[in-house]
Amino acid sequence: MTKEIEEEKRVEEEFEPLIVAFCCNWCSYAGADLAGTSRFEYPPNIRIIRVMCTGRIDSTLVLEALRMGADGVLVAGCHPGDCHYQKGNFIMEKRFSYIIKAVDSIGIEPERVRLEWVSASEGGKFAALVREMTQQMKQLGPSPFRLTYNPK
Amino acid sequence: MIEEPRVGVFICHCGVNIGGVVNVPEVTEYSKKLPYVTYAEHSLYTCSEAGLAAIKKAIQEYNLNRVVVASCTPRTHEPLFRETVQEAGLNPYLFEMANIRDQCSWVHMHEPQKATEKAKDLVRMAVAKASLLEPQTEPEVEVKDASLVIGAGVAGMTAALSMANQGFKVHLVERDKGLGGTVRRLYKLYPTLADSSEVVDPLIKAVKSHKNIELMTSTTLKEASGYVGNFNVILTSPNGDKEVNVGTIIVACGALNYQPPKGLYQYGVYDRVITQEELDGILKRGNLGKPKRIVMIQCVGARKGEISPSALEAFPKSDTAELLRKILKARKEEGWPYCSRICCMNAIKNGILIKKQTPETDVVILFTDLRVYKEYEDFYKMARDLEVRFVRHIEELPPEITRTPESELNVIAYDALSGLEVEFLTDWVVLSTPLRPRRGEVIHARMLKIPIATDGFLMEAHLKLRPVDTNVDGIFIAGTVSGPKDVPESIISGEAAAARASILMGNRKVRTDAITALVDEDPCIGCGLCEEVCPYGAPKIENGKSKIREILCRGCGSCAAECPRRAIIMRHFGDEQILAQVKALLVAESLKEVGF
Repeated sequence: MTKEIEEEKRVEEEFEPLIVAFCCNWCSYAGADLAGTSRFEYPPNIRIIRVMCTGRIDSTLVLEALRMGADGVLVAGCHPGDCHYQKGNFIMEKRFSYIIKAVDSIGIEPERVRLEWVSASEGGKFAALVREMTQQMKQLGPSPFRLTYNPK
Repeated sequence: MIEEPRVGVFICHCGVNIGGVVNVPEVTEYSKKLPYVTYAEHSLYTCSEAGLAAIKKAIQEYNLNRVVVASCTPRTHEPLFRETVQEAGLNPYLFEMANIRDQCSWVHMHEPQKATEKAKDLVRMAVAKASLLEPQTEPEVEVKDASLVIGAGVAGMTAALSMANQGFKVHLVERDKGLGGTVRRLYKLYPTLADSSEVVDPLIKAVKSHKNIELMTSTTLKEASGYVGNFNVILTSPNGDKEVNVGTIIVACGALNYQPPKGLYQYGVYDRVITQEELDGILKRGNLGKPKRIVMIQCVGARKGEISPSALEAFPKSDTAELLRKILKARKEEGWPYCSRICCMNAIKNGILIKKQTPETDVVILFTDLRVYKEYEDFYKMARDLEVRFVRHIEELPPEITRTPESELNVIAYDALSGLEVEFLTDWVVLSTPLRPRRGEVIHARMLKIPIATDGFLMEAHLKLRPVDTNVDGIFIAGTVSGPKDVPESIISGEAAAARASILMGNRKVRTDAITALVDEDPCIGCGLCEEVCPYGAPKIENGKSKIREILCRGCGSCAAECPRRAIIMRHFGDEQILAQVKALLVAESLKEVGF
């Protein structure tokens, strides 16, 4: 039993999760840029894909990312009321409740998928979010859909 | 059929910004092995003249038809690189960027190995997307050489005159009977202490007599449709409706002085507790008399309170109108978090006016932060020389106001310097309140489809780079409609908005965005979900099929994501293009793990 726990701990420590982030061009992508300009460091586990608006992100994109083995998916957009396209983030928010249910129903922990609001001025928030999410994914361990995860 | 992709990858060291962390030569060698990559090189600064020339040369020499630059952020450098590939004969949309500086080397500077691996991933993802990119054209539309200016305050009148003087027809509408907006109601203006009429009257005279300006007072907007170059707006007034057809619109409908709720600092309870605006009126009428003391309190209802989490939580479930109502409600209850910029100067100005009028009156300004900038510092010094007293009070302990049996007001504050309680018996208490957004703006914004920021003001297209543009092409903002401004700043923004609008009208033609949605008619079942989600009314169901009017589409992609038949193609951000990035990242990553 202790051996198993130790093994689990070791996996947790060595495991480097991979997080796919869909960031909207106007707020969150800019927030991520600001984290850079401000030199706020965060773990290199995230890969950002730029879209114009979170309203663009449909369930397929999120589910496909999970199916292909992403350990976590982050969708980040403008704060409510700040959407460059008036209401794209609301459309996403509404859609997100279904996505979470779908994720849950295929046996993936819903915590692996997150929707967050990060403004263009919140570089610090973005960095903190990546730190927190990376830690969380480490605790959750590799995604069951990860094609091959082979801890040495 | 598109020809086989031949991708060129250009990796930038950005001096030591990228090269000091990421192993750029290693990433370059790696990218040479990626599918469709024909050529890869690295340079010290890809955005330098030499770097750009190298891109053009390689496009010609290697017959490249796609270009990937791995460097900084597309938000600043994409336009430059797009222009470069266009100069070399490529369609500018056959270009993709990998952000290996702002989102890699700068944030992983203590993990060079991992940063290098991440840079490889980002380049691989960009190459995958680039190979699927398609050429796009920016549609060209005619621009009508007439403009609509909403609001005849200082900013609106300035903008109208500027365009009219350039020979453009201007429709200037004002909801009030009179012209001049907020400034007309003021008495003297800082820092010159000039009468507000000195600013407003010449403007009013000029707009009234200008042959190119059609002035409509007591008029509001009823309906707006159309797009850049060709807006149709129905205006309504007691005399009936009128339709105007214009190429550009400038929104300059101003802001409101915040009216404190009854009871805040005893406002509305004791009649000698007034706002600065009301003091202006009293000074203008010469009704102040010779008070012994006047106490002013700064930041009343400003720089306090964030939107409460409970209000935010309620947002997602509601539509935009509901949301705005909630923002306004939260603001009403908790105050406004922003600095209104003009109140410090306004209080100092009224202090100086009173001191000049009746030097024996003791003027006390209670503040937590005093913000005077550029030459206004001298104005502040002038007030000190006139013995206006500035007392910094403890922010957490707002001053308390009571009334003595002799019906004098008594202000108790906590001096931040000494930490002691200080007491002022006073004749008047004047509250400095912020400028706040008008509700009318919300209506305008919804009609014209301009986003509103969380502070309730209209949102500029870019805070730094496009301060008078809105996200809607052809619509500009001037004056306090986008946030508190003083008179010179309002004039500057009026001139700026007019200049931006004139560029469009002078050119007679404009290219609009190429990143729009397109319907694939075969799978479309005409369900109308796209129509429902589009904030711009671009999709329309005709004969059982959706049709997207390109010119109205802003390219957010909400319709494409909502379409149950996946019948909507987002140009430049298509399903395949996004999925290609995901796949390039994850599948290759998995292969790497098993030792490929």
